[in-house]
Amino acid sequence: MPAVKSELTTPGAGRGLLDVYSNRFLLKLLVRKEIKVRYRGSVLGLLWSYVKPLMQFMIYFVALGIFLNLQKATPNYAIYLFSGIVLVNFFTETLGNATRSIVDNRDLIRKIYLPRELFPVSTVWVSAAHFLPQVVILVGASLIVGWQPSIYQLLAAVAAFIIVAILGMGLGLLFGAVNVYFRDSENIVDMILMVVTWASPVLYLWTMARDALGSWFFLYQANPMTVAVEIFHWAFWYPTLGADQIGLVELPPNLIALWLPVSLLVSLAVLFAGQLVFRRLAVHFAQEL
Amino acid sequence: MPVAETVADNVAITCRNLRKVFVLRNTRSMKESIVWLAKGRKGDLSKRFDALKDISLDVAQGETVALLGLNGSGKSTLLKLISGVLQPDAGTVRTRGRVAGLIEVGAGFHHDLSGRDNVYLNGAILGMTEKQIDTMFDSIVEFSEIGEFIDTEVKFYSSGMYLKLAFSIAVHTDPEVFLIDEILAVGDEPFQRKCIKKIKELAAAGKTLFVVSHDLDLVSTVCERGVLLEHGKVVMDGEVHAVVKELRRRSEPA
Repeated sequence: MPAVKSELTTPGAGRGLLDVYSNRFLLKLLVRKEIKVRYRGSVLGLLWSYVKPLMQFMIYFVALGIFLNLQKATPNYAIYLFSGIVLVNFFTETLGNATRSIVDNRDLIRKIYLPRELFPVSTVWVSAAHFLPQVVILVGASLIVGWQPSIYQLLAAVAAFIIVAILGMGLGLLFGAVNVYFRDSENIVDMILMVVTWASPVLYLWTMARDALGSWFFLYQANPMTVAVEIFHWAFWYPTLGADQIGLVELPPNLIALWLPVSLLVSLAVLFAGQLVFRRLAVHFAQEL
Repeated sequence: MPVAETVADNVAITCRNLRKVFVLRNTRSMKESIVWLAKGRKGDLSKRFDALKDISLDVAQGETVALLGLNGSGKSTLLKLISGVLQPDAGTVRTRGRVAGLIEVGAGFHHDLSGRDNVYLNGAILGMTEKQIDTMFDSIVEFSEIGEFIDTEVKFYSSGMYLKLAFSIAVHTDPEVFLIDEILAVGDEPFQRKCIKKIKELAAAGKTLFVVSHDLDLVSTVCERGVLLEHGKVVMDGEVHAVVKELRRRSEPA
């Protein structure tokens, strides 16, 4: 008989997101599977990840920029719009798929014990893989109109991306776990996703929200998505403006010094809460699915 | 069944006073809940069902145990508690070393991936590392008899090929404790013989086997010990042939 020196352990007692780290290899394979499967049997394949956002961008650009003539008030409105849209797309995809991830993987969850956090976390990585082509388009378009960012602006953009990823993961864990018990969760998330584009200055200027909200503006700024979008404007759109245009543009005050750390903290708090709820509910996933 | 309070050093699986209750909800919609409240909470919105009642069981390392019982006696539930898929409502279950379930072969397969991708994915799901799969890969393919089709998407596989590949991955995961639910034999007869030979090899190599099956003749050749469950309770624990005999006696029409 082989003498196994390992200790007795309780099966199915997970350590939450830490387990995802120790299962990196499986996470990698799950992410690769999703990316492979999404464009199976299509000729253009991953090119669709470029074509779809480009189309979305063109519609907004033509309809809002030209027909409604928002271009006049906001120089390089196309870049302004697109830098916000890519972040919203990333968030939307992350949260939408993470919410469905547990229910979609019910066959596996019912039969084999895996750290269940793997599924929502893998959707974040898959969304990031689709976010990248959009950033390539954004950078290309920005370069065409003379984009010259500073290193701080680029670092801030990375920070904004991380904030959105944390926020999406936190809400994804929360709604993904609740979705097992109440499928209403999916509909609530659909509603959140509808609101999110308009709750941040993606299509309009942040000054419009400030003027309308008055002393309640800080609540608007407390939304990490808003801060992330504003940072993306600062990183991608602002450095494309000419010397004559830059004087007309007003940036949100204390964006990097105050709102960046605040939104990071808010996102981390959401992640913490999401993980907490997820762990409590995950115990009975297998019997509820 | 009296089971010692203390746990021996060589124990692979230990269960103490395990209880598992399933709540079967009849409905979950708001309308029905409000109607139920308005009627003064008459009747139950949910039914409770005791799947396991007070199970205590120790399995030593290297033991081969057959879990026997009729449908609904709680066999699969107990297996799921040991694998960690389900959590008990009372009592404790603990295991030593890596536990892998050959529970429902192919649960982690994705139809649109090639056999090769599925070997890696399923291997990782069953707890293998990248290096382990790399070294085992050829052996897995050889055992499965898939051959050149390994790079074909599994949706084109026949159901036999599918099961063979899935079983082959599962038996190559090399854990200390194997949980096996109703899949001792898959595929055609020659492959079935191969599966059973492989399982016996695992047993001979000192692996702990915990088998659920309705194929009583088969489990009596693979396992030494039998545990009989009835309505969520252990009613007999002993030499496998005696337990099989008892099960047959009990299930005979009176």
